[in-house]
Amino acid sequence: MAKIEEYIPLVGQAVIDDLRLLSERLKGKVIQHINSTPVGGGVAEILSRMVPLLRELGVDTKWDVIKGGEQFFGVTKKFHNSLHGRAEEITQRDFEIFMETSQQNIESVNTYGDIVFVHDPQPIALIKKKADNKWLWRCHIDVASPNEKVWGFLMDFIPRYNSAVFSAPAFSRRLPIRQFLIPPSIDPLSDKNKELPQETINFVLRKYNIKKDKPIVIQISRFDRLKDPVGVIEAYLQVKKYIDCQLILAGGSAEDDPEGFKVLEEVKERAKKDPDIHILLLPQNDIEVNALQRASDVIVQKSLREGFGLTVSEALWKAKPVVASNVGGIPLQIKHKYSGLLCHSIEGASFAIKQLLSSPAYASKLGENGREHIKNNFLITRHLRDYMLLFLSLYHPEDIVNLC
Amino acid sequence: MPELIKAKEPFRFCTRLHLSELTGLRATTLGQLLALIKEVPGSCIYHHTHRFLQQHQYLSPEPPNDFAYWVTDILGEDELGERLVSIDTMQYSTIRDLRDKIALTIEDCLRDSPFAKLKFARSGEEFHFMKSVSFILPTNYFVYDLEEFAKVLKKITIDSIYFHIFEARLRLEKSTNDFSYWIENSLGDKELADKISGFDPYTRTLEDLRNKIIQIVERRITD
Repeated sequence: MAKIEEYIPLVGQAVIDDLRLLSERLKGKVIQHINSTPVGGGVAEILSRMVPLLRELGVDTKWDVIKGGEQFFGVTKKFHNSLHGRAEEITQRDFEIFMETSQQNIESVNTYGDIVFVHDPQPIALIKKKADNKWLWRCHIDVASPNEKVWGFLMDFIPRYNSAVFSAPAFSRRLPIRQFLIPPSIDPLSDKNKELPQETINFVLRKYNIKKDKPIVIQISRFDRLKDPVGVIEAYLQVKKYIDCQLILAGGSAEDDPEGFKVLEEVKERAKKDPDIHILLLPQNDIEVNALQRASDVIVQKSLREGFGLTVSEALWKAKPVVASNVGGIPLQIKHKYSGLLCHSIEGASFAIKQLLSSPAYASKLGENGREHIKNNFLITRHLRDYMLLFLSLYHPEDIVNLC
Repeated sequence: MPELIKAKEPFRFCTRLHLSELTGLRATTLGQLLALIKEVPGSCIYHHTHRFLQQHQYLSPEPPNDFAYWVTDILGEDELGERLVSIDTMQYSTIRDLRDKIALTIEDCLRDSPFAKLKFARSGEEFHFMKSVSFILPTNYFVYDLEEFAKVLKKITIDSIYFHIFEARLRLEKSTNDFSYWIENSLGDKELADKISGFDPYTRTLEDLRNKIIQIVERRITD
């Protein structure tokens, strides 16, 4: 795990000095993060990097995980999909299951933090334990057009928090509490993003029996309908009529995602007639993800909905040309035709992939611009700074906080 | 090289870090945009006219304020977008004055181009109003003369430069930027102070701005 000093060559000494200035202001406060899974998915990934770095900066940071069985996570998956705007049948029984498990967690989870930082809907009901400490709710989901029944249910809890945090402006709505915009980030020194020797990249390609004899188009995401892996195959097949290329669909699964295996079967079925489509069910192996991204010619993120879409930042950090849907936090990361290409449909994705494969110089320029944008706005050091400012904001309601 | 003047009071470098606060307010038409511009807190106007300075440290196609971007790229009102981009922020010493100028520019457009009223943003492309919440912190750097000043300028963050040049003048409503104020009042060098306050910092990236100030100060040291 990288130490804070190791970021200096990437972001500069002064940025790290600012982080230390902020951390001094939080001395004596215990920050307690709570989410639903220790591994798998973006939230756990970010926390696994942020928590040690906050500790190293001197911020007393803890991380606890709620418990939940298959039924509970089945319901929270339905909540997740319906908050993203997908049609789901949500029954009264679903709410009951959610509250039964929540009640068990309310009884068993100790919310000892001076600041309790709850991530996503699964642990949201813990707010019932609020004492005179401060509580934050971080929504990592695209809630631009949520199912109103589920959102209404969550609104029984949200106003009891001190503040809420969203990843993109479009996710905000009128709330009786303060709400902040904090996009997530990538860690440039993690196994998923650090520089790799060519031998490692070649080794991973050999391991998965992928030859570099034709251009590689890749989407790396969980096998989830909202990531539209079948749509990616359709787009690839349209490209393939004109350009001989290969497609990699690679992803793992998270403990709280029971739907993933069903989607994987559908994808395999759609891909089985084309030997140039590689379906890789990756174990939690970030070096392999990194190597596959670096080996690719075009990286795709054709999500139908997206909490933020960190895979876009990962790809751009590697200066790769990206084709991604204009949803969620993706337009914050890609300025169309400047740092990547945005699309709204399978046909649009296919056209954009063809453009990039046909014009390597243009593709390379988009990738370089993208890397610069990520460096300025989406690295973990910016995220650490925003979180510490967020914690301070709980004690300072004014718009200009003078700590001089 | 002449002996450097030592200030009685040192210049203490501060830094300004900010959080973006969401308001949940959104506009779909020019009329809604205008109405909200008139009623949102000054922190919103400040955010949408200054955000680009800290977020885009390199030359990018981002126009220098969010209102101009939305009006041009989403509503297709190129002429109004150009007028909004061209507002000379340096002429306004308060956010209130800047807000009035932006509102007046949009009102003129709505009066002169009736079709502008009919345009609206598609779902997902609305204008979302946000606020800037500033946190001002002292750094460990303080200096007594121009040589030390130039040395620190080379290593502080661009956030610190941003604070002393932009935020101090417009948001904290001081008469000039902090650097010029200290150079004139503590070092007694009005000529150098005027040189720094005399150029338009809005047309540069923050790194360019840093280099420009260093260049002016170093030239003064060797004069």
